[in-house]
Formats: sequence, structure tokens, C-alpha cells
Amino acid sequence: MTEAALSDVDVSAAGLAVSLRDVTKAYDNGVMALGPIDLAVRQGEFISLLGPSGCGKSTALRIIAGLTVPSSGEVRLSHHEGATLPGQGIGFVFQEPTLMPWTSVRENVRLPLKLAHAPASESDGRVIEALKRVGLAEFADSFPRELSGGMKMRVSLARALVTDPDILLMDEPFAALDEITRFRLNNDLLELWRNLKKTVVFVTHSVFESVYLSQRVIVMTQRPGRLGAEIGIEGPEPRGEEFRTSAAYVEYCRNVSAALAPSYSGKSLL
Amino acid sequence: MSAIQNGRAPTALSGDGSAFRVMRILLPVVVAASGTAAWEFVVRHFDIPPYVLPAPSVIFATLFSDWDVLWQSLLTTLLTTLEGFVAAAIGGIALALIFNLSKLVEASLFPYAVILQVTPVIAIAPLLLIYLPQQTAVVVCAWIVGFFPVLSNTTLGLNSVDRNLAGLFQLYRASRWQTLRYLKLPTALPYILGGLRIAGGLSLIGAVVAEIAAGSAGAGSGLAYRIAESGYRLNIPRMFAALLLLSLAGIVIYALLALISHLALRRWHESALGKES
Repeated sequence: MTEAALSDVDVSAAGLAVSLRDVTKAYDNGVMALGPIDLAVRQGEFISLLGPSGCGKSTALRIIAGLTVPSSGEVRLSHHEGATLPGQGIGFVFQEPTLMPWTSVRENVRLPLKLAHAPASESDGRVIEALKRVGLAEFADSFPRELSGGMKMRVSLARALVTDPDILLMDEPFAALDEITRFRLNNDLLELWRNLKKTVVFVTHSVFESVYLSQRVIVMTQRPGRLGAEIGIEGPEPRGEEFRTSAAYVEYCRNVSAALAPSYSGKSLL
Repeated sequence: MSAIQNGRAPTALSGDGSAFRVMRILLPVVVAASGTAAWEFVVRHFDIPPYVLPAPSVIFATLFSDWDVLWQSLLTTLLTTLEGFVAAAIGGIALALIFNLSKLVEASLFPYAVILQVTPVIAIAPLLLIYLPQQTAVVVCAWIVGFFPVLSNTTLGLNSVDRNLAGLFQLYRASRWQTLRYLKLPTALPYILGGLRIAGGLSLIGAVVAEIAAGSAGAGSGLAYRIAESGYRLNIPRMFAALLLLSLAGIVIYALLALISHLALRRWHESALGKES
């Protein structure tokens, strides 16, 4: 993030939510882990970063979030006008639910507001609203350990949504869930995305998930992680279970898998 | 087991559980009772004089007859223990927090905390008694032995923060204070409580060691002092009675701290949850 070629305002004016330019990340030992990558995500777009484990897709996401500092290049995010709460711009969902086990669901979801010093009177309503969106309002007083894996993930999603961020970054959020729960959460996520018009950057290693969810799938190659093929997905709107069983969906999955194949070639999967 | 379950499943099962719980209490009581009875029998049968080995009945009689003296001594020792324990708790937690905030302070001071821990307190006590007023020296001994487990456990707890949760706090630009208050301290709580549980028993040991060391020299009045004094006077039954009280005090301290730990953690921490959840 040296000299800015593009200001945050420019990014916003160009209709972009996220802009990465020549971003690289090197390990301390000098080995290049990521990049250079260029990525532009339009406002309101749903994109997936798809790639094998260890290809740097999570690193890319953490760089967008500001959790990892890139070795070089620049990161620009558009800012929601009138944004007052710190961290309001971004919601992050980790691979694990990452909830605080010592407190209730309500307090877990309230955390981002509390850290921004929002008064309890104001945050109460927003917490319940966020929990309602993920269908867990009646579990507000439960403790995380009392919930199933899928429910914990919903709480994590509610927490990411509670600040009403413009950009939602998701790092393989459903990877650890069973397939039925995962399908249901996929549908819920799509509905949230349609209703809330967030920009979503979704990291996954599942071809089927990436095709089902996103408008654009970007395949990543390995060592160092680079952006490879880009496949636009034009599904029916709103997408639902019919899309998952349609011929078009299968065709897309085949194309994406073919694009992903070079990432795995010449290297044992074990 | 399965036959019982087939017969009357729910009641049989809970009955089984509570029967086990009763056994857990009953068996040690049976052991204590039979041990005491055997002791009593041996002393009476071989006509052993009380200055060699007093019978349990004599020890209990002494406990009642000397109650005023022993009770005062018990209070003195408990007060010392409490002062040492509170100082150890505050000192250990505070120092761990400072270590957590500044690696420089940690690097400078941690070796000395270890030295304080590995040097036997029984060897430090006589020195402390030279330089400090007796009551202060005794409390300092209780503090020295109690403080290290609190320090090291709290340090471990503060360093056990979930990486992703820490990332989340960073994302929402939490201040250092917020991270400490809402993330590090709750994460460390089970570890701190574990440290306090160890420190409680150790503070009692520290107090006793210092009282024994002060023994002949000072005008102490704690239970350990009574044991030493009774030894010089060959008042063996009183030694046993004082020892009994010390053990009971240790058990009560441990039970209280375990209860506090359970109450603080019962809603969320694995260690305090029942098997079924």
C-alpha cells in the first residue's frame, strides 16, 4: 500500500467495492505465497475465490480485511457514505464459527457494536434484527455450546451482518458442515445477499458451492497463489434448488472443474 | 446393567447414578472409621502411652478441652493464609497482565519469578524472619509460594486466545483495553481459577512453614506454632489435634475455591459441564 494510484473515492466512483493491484504476500523466509494479484469486485457482486488448500485464497481474503498486511501492492475498499462505526465497512466470517464460548448468542452478536462503543439501547434492536435475519431470534440467550454447528455458523453470520457492512468476506464458512446444512445455509446466504445487496467475496474449495452461489468464480493457482481462469455464472434469479439440478449448473461445474484441474496437476493430492 | 435398564429404565438409571454418588461419599467414610477404630484398638490393646501415640479418643478429647487455644491459633493461621493468598492472587494476576502488555518487562522479571518459585520456602523463611517483623514475614512466605502458580497460569491463559477471535477484535479495531477486557481475561479465566486453586493450598503451606521456622524464636500463635510448641512439651495429643485442624482448613480452602471455580464456569467451560452435555 505505497503510493495510491486510485483513491478510495475513485474506487467507489468506478462502482467497485474492492480493488487489489499487484498485491503480493511473501513469507518471512522470502518464499512468495501470493500474487501478484489484481482483483476488482463490483459493488453488490457475489464472487468466489476457488482453489485447492494452501493456494493463498484465505490470505487474499485476510489482506482485503486488513488482517494481513500485504508485502507489496495496494488494497482499496469503497466506503459506505456516512459510515460512523469503525469496522462497519467489512463483515468477516471465518471457517470456524469463532464465537466467544463464555457469553450468550446475543452478546456474541453484539460484540462489533460494543467494540464501537454503541450504547446498549441502540444495539439491542440491531442485535435482534440480525438474529432474526438468520432465524435465531429465539436463541438469543443460549450459549454457543448449546447450538448445533449450523446454528453456530448462523450466529457468526449474524455477527458479521450486525454492523450492516458493505462488504461481506467469507472464508470457507460452510466447509465443516454436513451437506444438508450446507445447502440450506447456501440458500439462506443467497437470500440475504438478494435482500441486503452486499458485496460478497466467498472463499471455498468446493466447485459446486462456488457455482451455485456466485456471479463470478475466480480460480486460483498454487505456489504462489495467483488468479487464474475467471468464469461468469449466469443462473436464473432468484437461484434455488431448481438451479442446483439444472443442466446449466452441471455444465458450469464441469467448466469450473476443468479450469481448476491445472492447479492440481503435477502434484500428488496426498 | 442392560437387564436393569430393560426392567425399569429411567428410574434404574438415575438410581444407579445416585448409588454411585453415595458410594463416593460412603467409602472414604468407611475407610476413615475402620482406620480410626483399628488405631484405637491397637493403642488400647498394647497399652501405648499417649506421649508415644495417643488414641483417637484422646485426640478428640484434647480437641475439645484445648478448643480455646486451638481455635485462636486456627484463626491466626487462616488469617495469615488469607492475606498471603489475596496478595498472591492480586500480585500474580497483575504481574501476568503487565507481562502480557510488555515483553520487555516479562523478559526482565520472569527469571526472578522462577527463582523465587524454585528456591524452597523453608530455606527463605529464616532470612525473612531476620529482616521483617514476624507477622509480615509469615505473610510474605505464604505469598511467595502462592504467587507463582497464579502468575504462570494467568500468563498461559492470556496467551491462549483464539487466533480468529483475535483477528475479529483487530478487524473491529478494538482498543488494547477492550481486547483485554472482552477477550483475553475471559479466555484466561479458567486458567486463573486453576491457578488460584493451587495457590490456596500452597498459601496454607507457606504460612505453616514460616510459623514453624519462627517457632521457638517468636511469639507466634498459629497452629503450626502450636504443633512445634506442643512437640517441645511432649504434648503429643495436642500436636495431633492441631494437625487435624490444619488438614481440615486445607480441605475447606480447596473446596471453597473449587466451588467458586465451578460457579464461574458452569455455563460454558468444558471442565465444569456434566458428562451428558
